[in-house]
Amino acid sequence: MSTILYLAHTETDGTLAKISREALTAAQELAEGMGAELAVGIIGADVSAAAESIGSCKARFLGVSGDEFSQGRYASDVAAAEALFKVVTPDVVVAPASFRFSRAIPGLAVRVDGRVDTHLTGLEAENGNPVAKRWFYRQRMMGEFAREERPWILTLDPGCFASFEGAGSVDVELVDAALPEMRTTVTGIQAPDADEQTIRPDAKTLFVAGAGWTKKQSDGQSHVQEAEEVISQFLGVTKASLGSSKSLVDISGEGQAVISFLTHLHQVGQTGSTPRHTKGLATCCHGEEPHVVGWRFINERRAINTDASCGWAQGKADVLYVADAFELVKKLNELLA
Amino acid sequence: MSNEFHIVVCGSIVPDPLQTLEPVQGAQGPELKNEMMLPAVLDPWAGHALYEAADLAVKNPGSKVWLVSLGPKAKLQQVMMNIAQKVPFELVCADGSASGFTDSFEVAKVLAQSIEGIQGMDKSKLLVFGGWQSASRGSCAVMQMVGEMLGISEQFQGVDKLTAGGGGALEIMERIEGGAYQVSVCTGTPAVLGWATGELPEPPNNPQVGMQNMRLVMPALQQAKPANVQGSSLTFQSVELPQQRRETRVVKDMPVDDMAREIAEWLNS
Ligand SMILES: Cc1cc2nc3c(=O)[nH]c(=O)nc-3n(C[C@H](O)[C@H](O)[C@H](O)COP(=O)(O)OP(=O)(O)OC[C@H]3O[C@@H](n4cnc5c(N)ncnc54)[C@H](O)[C@@H]3O)c2cc1C
Repeated sequence: MSTILYLAHTETDGTLAKISREALTAAQELAEGMGAELAVGIIGADVSAAAESIGSCKARFLGVSGDEFSQGRYASDVAAAEALFKVVTPDVVVAPASFRFSRAIPGLAVRVDGRVDTHLTGLEAENGNPVAKRWFYRQRMMGEFAREERPWILTLDPGCFASFEGAGSVDVELVDAALPEMRTTVTGIQAPDADEQTIRPDAKTLFVAGAGWTKKQSDGQSHVQEAEEVISQFLGVTKASLGSSKSLVDISGEGQAVISFLTHLHQVGQTGSTPRHTKGLATCCHGEEPHVVGWRFINERRAINTDASCGWAQGKADVLYVADAFELVKKLNELLA
Repeated sequence: MSNEFHIVVCGSIVPDPLQTLEPVQGAQGPELKNEMMLPAVLDPWAGHALYEAADLAVKNPGSKVWLVSLGPKAKLQQVMMNIAQKVPFELVCADGSASGFTDSFEVAKVLAQSIEGIQGMDKSKLLVFGGWQSASRGSCAVMQMVGEMLGISEQFQGVDKLTAGGGGALEIMERIEGGAYQVSVCTGTPAVLGWATGELPEPPNNPQVGMQNMRLVMPALQQAKPANVQGSSLTFQSVELPQQRRETRVVKDMPVDDMAREIAEWLNS
């Protein structure tokens, strides 16, 4: 009988993130489809609460715990994953594509002489074998594939499976992960204050600001300060997550007046992020393909642009409002306040 | 006190993002329609890694930058005509597919072997740079495996900032969830860094740098060894373009107040 090892890491508060619970659902469904046994391996400072939170899952529970595993660090995470792997010797490993595991889990493939495929958006068993789905060329095309090499290590993107719910008491077998000398120390996390944070992955709506906000307007002047106020007011009333086009975040490198709270982390698109929100509102953004590929997981899309023939009008948005975003978003702010 | 780094940047070419891409079935599996005809650019995140590498090398005299590329050499040559004018580097080329459909493990093997083969590279000074994801496969897996194959266990992904301290220590900022950064300190080389955007703009073309680079680029391309990346059982059942065209309703002659009301209703629904 084949075995699937589901790997997860705890968050700093000892819980499992939603993406980790989603990956567990995928692992469990795959195990059923393959007629395989499931083992759960959790890495963290203390894994007991996380294990109990998914305790109703029928699986063997293993853990690697200790202060060295409280934070994501390649050398300790890959050593922990390897230790768990060696106890179970699975055919397939399923893990969440969180930032922490996206850093560490691919390296496991070399250590255990396996192969890895990452950022899957679909996984199921066909005739007892796993078949995976993921995007290629930055969300341009979807591929479905399988392979014969085992172990096969897989990481899953968020939002593709239901989150596993079902607590229960479990006995976790603790596994020792021998660590080599650690040359890296995590010294801290730099995050904006909660009320200054404009990247909000859990928000319903994405608000995209494009370079138009800083361009000369009909009066021949640019109004960057005003743009900043209008945008931040909108974010304040809607709690939307802020995204940007590349052109707008690049302006800061060119010494022009800029929207002060925008950084490269806000960039959506080909060389930016591909966020997941139910709705997206693009403003002063042309809707060029390298930008719009970042909208792959935004279902409902509307745009505000003065140009009726901008990219959004070419089948990229559901609705395009041909209007001055300064005027329209101000009105919108009044209505939503 | 300055450090001497041997910086190897892994980076290849991808189709220009402004191109429309269409998958077709080729002899060895999926490929892009007219793949060899599509204009190509240096993979953007790998480009950021290259510019960061060059900057680090300037700040730390005695350092050196290599660019290791796995790609079809005819296309690499075209892209190098432009990239070689940006910053000084020495090219190491493996002549093979740069397709997004090749197995990441196979790609890592070729890159690791190419790095091992660099004359005069001192592993104790080694920083392996690359993009944290490519614009082709986008796996965020190749760099980690290259590192493992080279025996390097200090690895960082989604890097936007590297500060090299006097004693050789490296402070690194990596992207994590929710627009935050994890800050780490690593005691020194060797290390692997998969770069996100970094902090530097694309350098302007410098014909002098171009001429200097091309003296080494052309022989490197001529000496490129063929690389086989077909050694995996990876098989595609399908590769499809998503149904992406929407029926866009263009709202033009509506008073702004009504537009605002419509959007507000939609946002609140
Ligand atoms: C290798 C590569 C990678 C790239 N990656 C990305 C990426 O990841 N993300 C990305 O976004 N782009 C990316 N691009 C760039 C992309 O091709 C576009 O250049 C960019 O998205 C344009 O940004 P923009 O729409 O904000 O700016 P612009 O093209 O300048 O458009 C500004 C828009 O604002 C509108 N406007 C102006 N004033 C108003 C007003 N008052 N009210 C309403 N509308 C107004 C204008 O009509 C115009 O449509 C990439 C390009 C390359 C070559």
